[in-house]
Amino acid sequence: MTAILLQFAHILLVVALAPLVTGWVRLVKARLNGRCGPSPFQPYRDLYRLLQKEAVIAHSASWIFRAAPYVTFAAVWLAACIVPTFTTDLLLAPAADLIALVALLGLARFWTALAGMDVGTAFGGLGSSREMLIASLAEPAMLMVTFSLSLLSGSTSAAHIAAFVLSGGIGLSVSLGLALAAMVMVAIAENGRIPIDNPATHLELTMVHEAMVLEYSGRHLAMIEAAGMVRLTLFMALIGCLFMPWGMARPGADLAEIAIGLGAFLGKTFALGTVLALFETSIAKMRVFRYADFLGGALLLALLATIFHYVSEAV
Amino acid sequence: MFAHLSYDVAHLIGATVLMAGFGLLYQRRLQAVLNTFAFQALALAAAAGWQAHVQNAPHLWATAGIALVFKALLVPFALHWLVERLGIHRTVETALSIGWTMIVGVALVALSIMLVLPVTAGAAALTRESLALAMSVVLLGLLMMITRHNAVTQVVGFMALENGLILAAVSAKGMPLVVEISIAFSVLVAMILFGIFFFRIRERFDSLDVQYLETFRGDRQ
Amino acid sequence: MISYVAALSHTANPLLWILGSPLAGAALLALLPRWRAAAIVNVVVSGVTLAAALTLFQHRPAPTRLLFIDDFNIYLVALTAFVGFTTSVFSAAYIARETAARRLRPVHLRFYHSMYQAFLFTMLLALSANNTGVMWVAVEAATLTTVLMVSLYRTREAIEAAWKYFILCSVGIGLALFGTILVYLAAEPVMGDGADAMAWTLLIGRAAAFQPDLLNLAFVFVLVGYGTKVGLAPLHAWLPDAHAEGPTPISAVLSGLLLNVALYALLRFKMLIAANGHTLAPGPLMVMMGLSSLFLAGFMLYRRGDIKRLFAYSSIEHMGVITFTFGMGGAVANFAGLMHMTMHSLTKSAIFFAVGIISQNAGTKRIADIRGLTVSHPFLGWTFLLAVLAIAGLPPMGVFMSEFLVVSSTFARQPLLALPLALGLLLAFGALVSRVQGMAFGTPLAAAGHGRPSPMANAMAYAPLSAHMVLVVVAGLYLPPVLVSWFQTVAKLLG
Repeated sequence: MTAILLQFAHILLVVALAPLVTGWVRLVKARLNGRCGPSPFQPYRDLYRLLQKEAVIAHSASWIFRAAPYVTFAAVWLAACIVPTFTTDLLLAPAADLIALVALLGLARFWTALAGMDVGTAFGGLGSSREMLIASLAEPAMLMVTFSLSLLSGSTSAAHIAAFVLSGGIGLSVSLGLALAAMVMVAIAENGRIPIDNPATHLELTMVHEAMVLEYSGRHLAMIEAAGMVRLTLFMALIGCLFMPWGMARPGADLAEIAIGLGAFLGKTFALGTVLALFETSIAKMRVFRYADFLGGALLLALLATIFHYVSEAV
Repeated sequence: MFAHLSYDVAHLIGATVLMAGFGLLYQRRLQAVLNTFAFQALALAAAAGWQAHVQNAPHLWATAGIALVFKALLVPFALHWLVERLGIHRTVETALSIGWTMIVGVALVALSIMLVLPVTAGAAALTRESLALAMSVVLLGLLMMITRHNAVTQVVGFMALENGLILAAVSAKGMPLVVEISIAFSVLVAMILFGIFFFRIRERFDSLDVQYLETFRGDRQ
Repeated sequence: MISYVAALSHTANPLLWILGSPLAGAALLALLPRWRAAAIVNVVVSGVTLAAALTLFQHRPAPTRLLFIDDFNIYLVALTAFVGFTTSVFSAAYIARETAARRLRPVHLRFYHSMYQAFLFTMLLALSANNTGVMWVAVEAATLTTVLMVSLYRTREAIEAAWKYFILCSVGIGLALFGTILVYLAAEPVMGDGADAMAWTLLIGRAAAFQPDLLNLAFVFVLVGYGTKVGLAPLHAWLPDAHAEGPTPISAVLSGLLLNVALYALLRFKMLIAANGHTLAPGPLMVMMGLSSLFLAGFMLYRRGDIKRLFAYSSIEHMGVITFTFGMGGAVANFAGLMHMTMHSLTKSAIFFAVGIISQNAGTKRIADIRGLTVSHPFLGWTFLLAVLAIAGLPPMGVFMSEFLVVSSTFARQPLLALPLALGLLLAFGALVSRVQGMAFGTPLAAAGHGRPSPMANAMAYAPLSAHMVLVVVAGLYLPPVLVSWFQTVAKLLG
């Protein structure tokens, strides 16, 4: 019963929190740039404004174009539902694991790319092609991270891994550190952050994600934007859950422990948001030709994590 | 628990040194290469310090100090200065693309682990682990020397190789001091030599790219 | 450290003189501004070193943790001191002419003399070190000192050669250190921590208890590492350049001594491996590298245009033969290898002495510009011809004897290996003979060299050359029984 309740709370929490996290990152970035910056609650207002507006759809658009925002948002939301945030005691936890997570994110990405090409503008196609390039590099890396984590903990379930790390079964493991580094690199690519993509740009030569969704407006755009925000929160939650699950409530926890878990989750998320903003302000965007090096690096780190795991096993 | 901790920390620091080795291969700008090298030397100093603590061998503190002061601070500063002073080309010229270099690097790491772990079955876990890491660092340094044209990057590759050697030496239990000090000294001498070399080469050639030298080989007259 | 102090307080120890005099000489020569005086001091110090080395045969010091003398290294120490002395005499004559031709400046010479003694010190230390680490340090220091000497002329080619030499040998020496560390790790569980686990004299006795797999891995690193310094085939790239571009006396000691020292280090490790008994046999690896060096050098000899480069490749060839021989192992082959090492050392340095005089007379190093030496300089020409024939392996000189022993013993044990060996030797022989013909005979070209040297300088240039050649010829005709029995003891040691 508690699992159902907690699951619901979790589902709502992710969606409710996502715009705030994005707003927080924007605020910190603005402050670091020496600007005053909008309030962290600005994304809520933006979404509300977009929902009020009329959706303009191109003549050449098919049903795919109209369905894509909803499918994307649904897939990302569902993915977010299975990543434990403040507690591992979730209804969906046993059913969903990291591989399913990768698949759900892939689905969302697939639909966005389709929609980008659907209208038939040059930018959409360009964005889709680049997005697929990134995906084809990021997904193997993500799967490799999953493998090395599952080798460490003996399970591909996020909740299991979190519980395993919490129980101190790993200690100070090099594999875990490498997997974390790889995961961060993948997360940067998946969320279209600097140095892979700049979420704030509409410059033709550099935009990737923005190029695909250039034709959207109104409620469709709101869905797409919301999906992006939820995805960012999801990855922060994922990193928090897999690599620093401290404070998370476990099955059978009382209210106080859940409250601690909640507080820890919020703390971790905003800390990660701050780190992200710091990182983004201190680094320049990469050329498209270097994506392969960057994500190849992530893949190699994950591979090394696996190798090192075997070393520690053998010793 | 405590024995475990000493092992874990050594493992972590060793892996950091190795990661810095990969970082050296990944960089495309000379300045970034030098900074990464400084970081590697820093990690090496930490490794030596930790071994000094764990093995209760005070002389290893000297090794750590040398790595910290000389390799992590002086050498990178000197090289930065040289690059600045001589106006050396700032991008790293590669013989093999960065992606492939990294893949070869991972293969080398796997190779050294496969070589070292079986043959050291009798040794302490700490030693085995560090030895595998050290050998990987050595091989990565070698790889860097082979796949990078520029003289400065080759020198950095050589020093990365040396870092691997020192990592191996500090993790070999009770290895006498003679070796460490002499290594440090030979590196010092090597550095002076390199410095002289840079000037000489700079005096006579337009580039530090070793390839330019090939055309002047004495035999093709 | 304590043992080092103990060694110092033991003044009767001839090792102290052997190592101390070149070290003191290096310091003294660094302070001496006048090059004429420096050349004389250089000869005197080398002479003292040689005298001290000869007393080793009378009184062999007890091994300490740091230094030791045994049957194997005693003769290499003596040989090194001898060639070091003769080369210092030749060098005095050589630099006098170079300075007269204004190719070298006094500042360079001060540096050169100091480095020469430092180089001798490092080689003698490497040979007499009873600690794998100290030996490594000495070989590394030998690399550093020679790099400085190779780049002495400051020409483009010299700097390229020195750079290549330095980079390649530093990498090689780094890998050798890794091998050394691995050997320590193999020894440590048996011998306990500290200097004991690095002392040759102690290691060899208990080598059977070491972990064989670790020794295997160590040997691969040592072979590649010290093999680079020996100049074995895939790792030889530095050798021709370094020999060709440095001053000729340095080419003589590089070829005649430094390669031997690196090979000595390799052989020490091989002895350790052999004493273990459970490892993979190190022989086949050495045989492979030896053969490849022999063939590579054999073919390369045909296309050389530079006289010093020609004989540098010949050094690669001979190091290949020696490595092959020790790789074969066994009493006869080891005997042949030791003898070849000695003969090659003497003959090759003699050749470089001759080459130095020839190129100074002719004013060029190009083979095509050197003709009719037997006509223009009869004594020099005929001695040079004799030396080249000796190194090519013509009877009755010493090199022929050792090569004959190698080939015949290989035929008896591994006929299939003897075939390529004999072929490679013939290849090199043909190349050397065809090159030397043009230089020795024919009508001499007008000499473009720099002036006539004084009779004194001439005598100093020819004396070492003659001394070496007399030894080579005598050793070919008659080897004293003492030497034979002693070579046999060492051959047994090498396993």
